[in-house]
Amino acid sequence: MNIIDVVLLAMMVITALAVVRMRNLFAAVMLLGIFSLLSASLYALLDAVDVAFTEAAVGAGISTVLMLGTLALTGEREKKPHRPAWLPLVVVVVTGAALLYGTFDMPLYGDPNDPIHKHVADRYIERSGQEVGTPNIVTSVLASYRGFDTLGEVTVIFTAGVGVLALLGRGALSRRRRLNKEDDR
Amino acid sequence: MEINFLGHYNYWVVIFLMMTGFYVVIARPNLVKKLIGLNIFQISVFLLYISMGKVDGGSAPILAEGIKIFSNPLPHVLILTAIVVGVATTALGLALVVRIKEAYGTIEDDEIQAMEEEMEP
Amino acid sequence: MKRKPVLRVSTKLLTPFILLFALYVQFHGDYGPGGGFQAGVIFASAFILYSLVFGLETAQRVLPAAIRRILLGSGVLIYAGTGIASILMGGNFLNYSVLAHDPLSGQHLGIMLIEFGVGTTVFAAMVIIFFTFAGQYRRGGPDGN
Repeated sequence: MNIIDVVLLAMMVITALAVVRMRNLFAAVMLLGIFSLLSASLYALLDAVDVAFTEAAVGAGISTVLMLGTLALTGEREKKPHRPAWLPLVVVVVTGAALLYGTFDMPLYGDPNDPIHKHVADRYIERSGQEVGTPNIVTSVLASYRGFDTLGEVTVIFTAGVGVLALLGRGALSRRRRLNKEDDR
Repeated sequence: MEINFLGHYNYWVVIFLMMTGFYVVIARPNLVKKLIGLNIFQISVFLLYISMGKVDGGSAPILAEGIKIFSNPLPHVLILTAIVVGVATTALGLALVVRIKEAYGTIEDDEIQAMEEEMEP
Repeated sequence: MKRKPVLRVSTKLLTPFILLFALYVQFHGDYGPGGGFQAGVIFASAFILYSLVFGLETAQRVLPAAIRRILLGSGVLIYAGTGIASILMGGNFLNYSVLAHDPLSGQHLGIMLIEFGVGTTVFAAMVIIFFTFAGQYRRGGPDGN
């Protein structure tokens, strides 16, 4: 058990609880950026350097900017909820307890003999040097062994861009204005 | 069934974070706050995957002289793409929130529901 | 933003380095951490920074809407096109080994091409999403139509 691990996890817990309590959405979004940056440091500690890099650039950077852009349009105060708070709490506690029960059967953290390391991963580690030739195993798995997956992911990003354009883009805006005018008449 | 604290503690923290995000999603009526909760949930799932890929004494999966033990690269690949896809879908959700604000004048889901019920005859 | 000289000057100084770093991340992804996903986001963040400081119109003049949309689609097409090319050269879809005279340099070429496609689409998607959100605000927000 690494002391830095524990400190980072504790800071993530504190940040997450602060997000729940925060009524000011601007502060909540900034805390989410901090949460994301903390998780990026944790990924780097867990040897996932590529993931840490992505999380720092995307989670802490772009998604904070987008959320702030939305807050500028929708207002940054959250209203007090009118419904009772105990029902969601019960649902969350029950779900969490079920998940916690599930972890007891999980293999130990960091054990080299976990089933997850015994299936295809060791082939990637042993053979990718000869088969693909790039030193970064993550790149060779991402681009070569699992190229189909990545093609799908890129298509999802493309679709999301098209979707945002369809919802808020210039064409959508003029169509909406025309509809609004017809409504007024 | 034996409980190993040292072997599972970070899975437990991940589950706590996940449930925090889940609570925000189901308990808060504000749609932006719901998306923030969804993001917390998402990051904890990423953390779960990356924790599973860690090997004791391993290093980052980049081939180099003298390094024999590597952490599992497969979860890294899955999560790397999931992060970028996650931000793209979050953006789509935020765009929907902006349109909802435009159409209803509010982003609190209980108020939207009240307006919907009013509109129905 | 006329009266913030520190922001303006440091943005002008930083932007080329951010772009250069993005290109480094893009093409060094084979050897160290990095690749198309990260590079696209970093490249987009240079444009986002520029438009935050100098205004949306200035940034949109650098990268007009038509070009943004062409880039968005062409990344996916480069990726899928690499797959089609490997079919035409006698391999399976996205099997880069057949792209060059020996398998290893074929893999290298294929990975570079598809990472370039990934970077292009991610960059265009991020810029389009940000510009669209920022454009809403400029029009006076959802209430001011």
